Amino acid sequence: MSLLLIVIVLPAVSGVAAYFIRAHRVRRLVWGATAGVHFALSIKVSLSGVPVSAGAWIGVDPLSALFLPLTSLLFLAATLYGIGYVAREPVAPRPDFEDGRLFRNEPESVFTGCLLLFLSSMSLAILSRHLGLQWVAIEATTLSSAPLIYYHQNRRSLEAAWNYIILCSVGIAVALLGIFFLAMATQNGSSDLTIQALIRKAGRLDHGWLGTAFIMVLVGYGTKMGLAPLHTWLPDAHSEAPSAVSALLSGALLNCAFLGILRVQQICVASGMAVFGQDLLILFGILSMGIAAVFILRQADFKRLLAYSSIEHMGILSLGVGLGGIGLFGSLLHAVNHSVVKAMLFMTAGNILAAYRTKSTTRITGLCRTAPVSGVLWVVGFLAITGSPPFGAFVSEFTILRAAIGQGHWIVATAYLLLLSVVFVGMGGIVFRMALGSADRPALREAYSASLPPIALAVLALILGLWLPSRLVETLNQAALLLGGGAR
Amino acid sequence: MEIISVLVIVSCLFLLGSSRLGLTVRIVAVQGILLGLLPIIRSSGTIRIGVWVLGLSGILVKGVVLPWLMSVVLRHSGVRREIEPFVGFGRSVLLGVGLLALSVWMAARLKLATEPVPLIMAAMALFLVLVGLFLMISRRKAITQSMAYLVMENGVYAVGISMSLDFPFIVELGILLDVFVGVFLMGNLLFHLDREPRHAEGEGLIELAEHPHPGTVSLGEHG
Repeated sequence: MSLLLIVIVLPAVSGVAAYFIRAHRVRRLVWGATAGVHFALSIKVSLSGVPVSAGAWIGVDPLSALFLPLTSLLFLAATLYGIGYVAREPVAPRPDFEDGRLFRNEPESVFTGCLLLFLSSMSLAILSRHLGLQWVAIEATTLSSAPLIYYHQNRRSLEAAWNYIILCSVGIAVALLGIFFLAMATQNGSSDLTIQALIRKAGRLDHGWLGTAFIMVLVGYGTKMGLAPLHTWLPDAHSEAPSAVSALLSGALLNCAFLGILRVQQICVASGMAVFGQDLLILFGILSMGIAAVFILRQADFKRLLAYSSIEHMGILSLGVGLGGIGLFGSLLHAVNHSVVKAMLFMTAGNILAAYRTKSTTRITGLCRTAPVSGVLWVVGFLAITGSPPFGAFVSEFTILRAAIGQGHWIVATAYLLLLSVVFVGMGGIVFRMALGSADRPALREAYSASLPPIALAVLALILGLWLPSRLVETLNQAALLLGGGAR
Repeated sequence: MEIISVLVIVSCLFLLGSSRLGLTVRIVAVQGILLGLLPIIRSSGTIRIGVWVLGLSGILVKGVVLPWLMSVVLRHSGVRREIEPFVGFGRSVLLGVGLLALSVWMAARLKLATEPVPLIMAAMALFLVLVGLFLMISRRKAITQSMAYLVMENGVYAVGISMSLDFPFIVELGILLDVFVGVFLMGNLLFHLDREPRHAEGEGLIELAEHPHPGTVSLGEHG
């Protein structure tokens, strides 16, 4: 219990401290140390497997044991990447490379502080057992990450941050309404809204209210998760944020919103309403994949390309949960694969952006010659994210396909395969055009701090495709069981 | 409680019909104060410190601090009026009456109000949510959008009260804190928005829309 509190409070405290620390070196040291300690604690917490006590507001169950170390791992990678990044960023105002206006970065103290508060709020969102508390935490993730998107204080990032905060806040207000309705479903207003308590009296929940609540939470948290058609904030925010932040937004934040939906689905399953949510999840899933595919096809901005790919993968997660059965296992495994690979891709994109000073996909060629490390990582990342063997995403996407076919959802399975191949072709065309071809400038030197974290994540993605640790499989199976699914 | 609910409803109709941003901010402040009084009135008889703390801090945050912040932003930006809303002011009021009817019907249908709470209050709560959403999509000014968010948040809060939900103190406080920080950040961004010459009006945030490709039709992602 106390360990759990430390996981939440430690980054919050060091975040506030980071804001007041003047010396850059000390602040970066605090940042790095917090990330390291948080990762170690997260691993320990999720391996310990303490059962959640009845009235507890925070606790670890298989779902949080899956997402907490994942979030913390990505934060650690983003930290190693980000410390080098902020150190290289100039302090003086400079012209924007797209519209030429002068802009100046946010003070590093604000950036670091918000980043650590972001980690704290994500940890709370993952660990909280009380739906109200979870709502507070998820809204806090929006608020602490909005200043991160506005790190380069130029016009485009301002618009992105504004769209993000307005759309997500409104979405989340709808989710709060949904949680109120869920409280109504218990038939007596002054009820305990912890997940354990709700599951205990799941049989007595009013199905009308529960259904309405599920829809509202799905729409509300779905906005934040980036499910179409409420995804419009996502490409802006992901493309304008510094790449370390984009990696976290895509790899960690979207999972937190996903978890918010899963929690309510968990209650629906317990009260015998599993099927109700599943159809909606399938619908939203296919829709998100479709819209993402359309925008990926001729995307001219490589960070937006990755952002739309995130929308596509959120669609896959939603689809997997919607299918149920082994689809749940596939979906949760896919969440892990997507987070690792997408974070790695965003970091690589950041390196490419730093080298070429453009986000245009058409103005970059010969990446493999100019910046060999980034070039190879870019291609590897593309193969991994589109589910090519032997990377992890292949296993998880195939599991979801098996779920669709196994249940006779032929139309869904066809649409799923079709959209996956459209994305593969669309993204492949862009990626290979950037990576191959003749170099138009001399070879660049690439900083270690910028290329080691994505290399490490790429290796991890490969390992996850070749061998799943038994402990991970066990956690995934238990988590899928919570949501009413079977083992793989 | 009936009187407060009616006052809030009337204030919403004013909100829909007013083009002056200063007035908008003041109306939202009044709403914040009125809604802060609701939980205190509801629990009259039983004295519970938590209810008073929440009610008073709600009044302080939504009725005083945030409106003050927004009026500072307004003074700095020198913007006074909402220009060319997507839906005209007269029509907005008419539509507002329609939304009110809808919320009364929904509140009755859903049996949103639980015992001591009158039906009109549940209707008021839903009305606030709908008006907030409507203002959000029909007005151009960024500052109106942030006010619309506050109206919507007030509505969600009022739904909670009308259903007699008893959320734990910490959670309620957390919700209030989130709303406060949210609007505070929006105000902060507005200051920056204001420095941009083209965006002093806070409209037309279209820069980030997908760039049309040569030879293809723009898909108008932000449409």
